[in-house]
Amino acid sequence: MHHHASNLLPARQPPSHNIGVVLWAKHNLWGTPASAITSVLLVLLLLWSIPSLLEWSVFHAVFLADADQCQAARDIGACWGVVAEKYRSILFGRYPFDAQWRPLLATLALTLLLVMSCRPTSWNRYLAVAWICVWLLFFALMGGGKWFGVPTGLVYIPTDQWGGLPLTMMLATLSITLAFPLAILVALGRRSSMPAMRSICIVYVELVRGVPLISVLFMASFMLPLLLPTGTSPDVLIRVLVGITLFSAAYTAEIVRGGLQAIPRGQIEAAYTLGLSYWQTQRQVVLPQALAHVVPSLMNNFIAIFKDTSLVTIVSLYELSGALGLAISGDPNWRPFKIEAYLFITLIYFCICFAMSRYSLWVERQVSHR
Amino acid sequence: MLNWRSQRVRAWIYQIALIGMLIVLVGWLLHNTLGNMRMRGIQSGFDFLLDPAGFDIGESMFTFNSTQTYGQAFLVGLMNTLRVSLIAIVICTLWGTVLGIGRLSGNALARGLCYAYTEFFRNIPLLLQLLMWYVVLVELMPDTETPLHFRDWVFLSKEGLALPWLMSDGLTLTPEFLALTWGLALYTSAFVAEVIRSGIQSVPFGQVEAALSIGLSPWQRLRLVVLPQALRLIVPPLTNQYLNAIKNSSLAVAIGYPDLVSISNTSLNQTGRAVECIAIVMAVYLTLSLLTASGMNYFNRRAALKER
Repeated sequence: MHHHASNLLPARQPPSHNIGVVLWAKHNLWGTPASAITSVLLVLLLLWSIPSLLEWSVFHAVFLADADQCQAARDIGACWGVVAEKYRSILFGRYPFDAQWRPLLATLALTLLLVMSCRPTSWNRYLAVAWICVWLLFFALMGGGKWFGVPTGLVYIPTDQWGGLPLTMMLATLSITLAFPLAILVALGRRSSMPAMRSICIVYVELVRGVPLISVLFMASFMLPLLLPTGTSPDVLIRVLVGITLFSAAYTAEIVRGGLQAIPRGQIEAAYTLGLSYWQTQRQVVLPQALAHVVPSLMNNFIAIFKDTSLVTIVSLYELSGALGLAISGDPNWRPFKIEAYLFITLIYFCICFAMSRYSLWVERQVSHR
Repeated sequence: MLNWRSQRVRAWIYQIALIGMLIVLVGWLLHNTLGNMRMRGIQSGFDFLLDPAGFDIGESMFTFNSTQTYGQAFLVGLMNTLRVSLIAIVICTLWGTVLGIGRLSGNALARGLCYAYTEFFRNIPLLLQLLMWYVVLVELMPDTETPLHFRDWVFLSKEGLALPWLMSDGLTLTPEFLALTWGLALYTSAFVAEVIRSGIQSVPFGQVEAALSIGLSPWQRLRLVVLPQALRLIVPPLTNQYLNAIKNSSLAVAIGYPDLVSISNTSLNQTGRAVECIAIVMAVYLTLSLLTASGMNYFNRRAALKER
């Protein structure tokens, strides 16, 4: 009855055709006849499309801002020169050329803070202070002139000249920030036991969700001046911001309501038993759990709002695609290469939205680990 | 006696205050609007719908010319909206189902390509996609004299897509219509694919194993076991996607397709009756949304779990 560890036989290697890449490929590429046929068809499709795509976008493409070369390479290669030539007008719209360091700096500050806000460890009151400072800086840099009576020392640039990426980022960030608290209030109102409160919230949510954003934007730009007292016509930027905020608050409210519904009644009863008031119960017990439930849908909604800000171009605010139209449509040299410029802003949108959806997956894991 | 600390009394007070505030707000807005309209000399009322429109519409399901009324113009716009939305919904359902099932395929290549497709199309604004399709169709396609063609059946040029053999005098689809329908369908199908995928994945694997063990073929397994159960979870979010497709068809205004919103926009600019035009658009979309939602609810009740 004496065992020696040294007597154990070493584990044998599995047969070589059953490990690693070969096994994976066997299971995933030609496991069944149908799978094998699919693989062959798809490989043929890729072999047919990828080389011609590469030829167009890389090998025969023109990277220099030279309209003649681009004309010569037309039909066989892409003209990325249009991006090299026009990137400043695309990114900053009609903002005066010499002052474009201001939107650049403002966008960088906003982006930096957005990235910093992504880490849950930095969610404290300093972050709130930082946000207020960055917004003040953003508007001071973008607008210049006198800011609440304090001279900024910069030339005043009216909002109708703002455009491009700073406008997109500002509209998206501000409308998400403003819509979120409103959405929570509406969601709570929709679950309230007071019939009048409930009906008002239901009517608001269903009304807004039933109409397209464009009609809300048209309403903001044509009807808002009529609705306000004579002589007070707020800036078009503010009107559009109000429109997007009210629109996205309705969608966000429905998502928050979904989360609220997932909280067991016992949680609320327990909080009341402890003597917490209605707002204390919601703030300290219900909302933290409810919001954690709906992180993925919330992030999807934020991505949707970000993409939706592109619609402001229809009410003549020149965000990225509007700025592109301005920069290229009037220039006969570069007009034929509009599609390459569109691909450039497609890339910008894709990078930001894809990063947001990856971040959403990460947050989801963080929240579920708790 | 009123007890001010009672919850019921406080609830009443809050609600009366809320309704009072709402009435004051609406009254104030109405007062402003009427005052502004008087000041600017804007006329109000829906009587303009009977006036001649004075503009032509590029494409229409029935003949329309500028002597016909604004009311008829709105009707043309509505028909165009419905036409685009319906076709896009059909395409995105079929294509989205293929992609959604593809994402769960045993074949890694198919899985990867479907994943790439959905991520790519979901993460780019629809407006941008429509503008790009439009540029491709009107600027990169060959001229009308030298169209791309397949036999004598299909012709594609800057003028759009022509199918001369279809119907009595052939069918021509304008580039605006093509770009809108095509772009909308491809965009929405990425979302439909996600809906289908998560619906199918929600069916417990035990169900599939049970189907395997009683000897059902893969097709029977999908049709008799997986799909009926997945449909319950698929129908409500799919309804949302259909509603989104109908609402998103309003982006037509960006590429000049004469849908309801763009007709209303033109009418607004000509008559100055902003309130009426926007109200018509909102009422029509609300009705469409409610109709679609109730239709899909009917279907959902049929697909829902039948419990004893």
